[in-house]
Amino acid sequence: MSRPWSLVRRALSLVAALGLWQALTSYDINLWLRFEQLPTVTEVARAYADRVSGDAYWQDLTDSLTRIVTGFTLAAVLGVTVGTAVARSRFAADLLGPVLEVLRPVPAIALVPVAILLFPSNEQGIVFITCTAAFFPVMVSTRHAVRALTPVWEEAVLTMGGGRWRILWSVVLPGALPGILGGLSVGIGVSWICVISAEMISGEYGVGYRTWQDYTVVDYPGVFVGMATIGLLGWLTSTAVELLGRRLTRWLPRTENRPAAPARRGPAPAATAVPPVRTAPQERVRS
Amino acid sequence: MTTDSHGVRLTLRGATLGRAGVPVLDGVDLDVVPGEILTVVGPSGCGKSTLLRTLAGLLPVLGGEVSQDGVPVTAPRAERALVFQDDALLPWRTVRANVELPLAIRKVARAERRERAEQWLARVGLTEHTAKLPHRLSGGQRQRVQLARALAAGPRAVLMDEPFGALDAQTRAGMQQLLVDVLRGTGATVVFVTHDVDEALFLGDRVALLSTGRVLPVPRPRERAAHADPATVALRREVLESLTPSPSFS
Repeated sequence: MSRPWSLVRRALSLVAALGLWQALTSYDINLWLRFEQLPTVTEVARAYADRVSGDAYWQDLTDSLTRIVTGFTLAAVLGVTVGTAVARSRFAADLLGPVLEVLRPVPAIALVPVAILLFPSNEQGIVFITCTAAFFPVMVSTRHAVRALTPVWEEAVLTMGGGRWRILWSVVLPGALPGILGGLSVGIGVSWICVISAEMISGEYGVGYRTWQDYTVVDYPGVFVGMATIGLLGWLTSTAVELLGRRLTRWLPRTENRPAAPARRGPAPAATAVPPVRTAPQERVRS
Repeated sequence: MTTDSHGVRLTLRGATLGRAGVPVLDGVDLDVVPGEILTVVGPSGCGKSTLLRTLAGLLPVLGGEVSQDGVPVTAPRAERALVFQDDALLPWRTVRANVELPLAIRKVARAERRERAEQWLARVGLTEHTAKLPHRLSGGQRQRVQLARALAAGPRAVLMDEPFGALDAQTRAGMQQLLVDVLRGTGATVVFVTHDVDEALFLGDRVALLSTGRVLPVPRPRERAAHADPATVALRREVLESLTPSPSFS
């Protein structure tokens, strides 16, 4: 079937990229772009093996992960809360909307001076920057997802006697979840960019700090070890968010789960009201 | 359906209905007797849904009086269940969890709520589908789940907004019979909005014509209008005339 082939293709794509890199650097190619300064794959691999056996590497890795997990979790909670409030309440929208819209275009990394002045320790400053970076994508996608909810769901719960909190827990949050997860996916990516940049500027330890340190002491294989570590960690965390998302939205009608020729019982195809989920297309039959 | 102490009386007196600032119906007088099935017929866009949503408490009363047993209707209440034309099931909840929802809102204990949901799903013939997600069901099955969900919490009035409007003819006929069977014995007052004359005559104890304001009794026993007695034929003609400008159409 196609799945093993897909895995083979993925592996080949990685191997090809590494092979190209190895060729460009080991032959010291200099065609306007200068590859002679860059370390070869084998040099980087050797440096990587070296680092992995030492404590400093794991210290840096734990530091970066702690910062990103703390900042991202805070951003997820704040983003979903604020996004829901702004979408559901005129008052909250009037109160928070203008401030948020002015702050949104400011890149989180531009807040480094503010973070240094504001927080007693570097650690808190980095978490603050990571959190700010992830907050906006989560908040904006939550706001849109909540506003796009099918009104009939809420009306149904209202006519069952459900109150404000019941509607929030039983309709708004589950219904907005597919959209929120999109924001979380974007957010975790932006978080990595900002945590690494913040560590490079003001960090003590952490993968970003180490990478920049290596550059300043002309340890180029070390720089590449840092880059590879960031790549792997980023891939791991975004996969975790992705898997969590798939688990939480198993209810979404997915095209790949549908049989090729949908067999329907009954003499005539029963009319199908479209499940009001905008992310998943489904046919609409009207009699 | 016999009058039962369980059902409520719904009354409209000179009522103005619509969205705030956009009145759709004016001077509506209607009295829904406890325990009856009143079908409301009218051409598209005449305000049938507005009437129903106002009775449900989802729309404000713009003028006059709308009351349940003499108490003004001001907000949605669990004792007036609404069945929607659109698919109003929550797509992330299984069929059973959807039916359990009104019971959960009424704080019914978990075990009892599960049992009652399964009983109602059995009554609408969906026993094998309780663990499925709504999008795995056909349109007709989903409307049966909606019906079970509306009735599970024992409402005193059931308001139905063209619930079979999107179904094909055969499924629709089956659903009408099922509705009559399921409602039997609940005693709930039913207001059933439709633009289908035969559906209105088959289901209704009385038929309200929204365009003329007339409310007509339907002869019993209940049967399909196609092979009905002269009284039903005459009634059918009057209902049709209220829907169409041409009186010769029949």
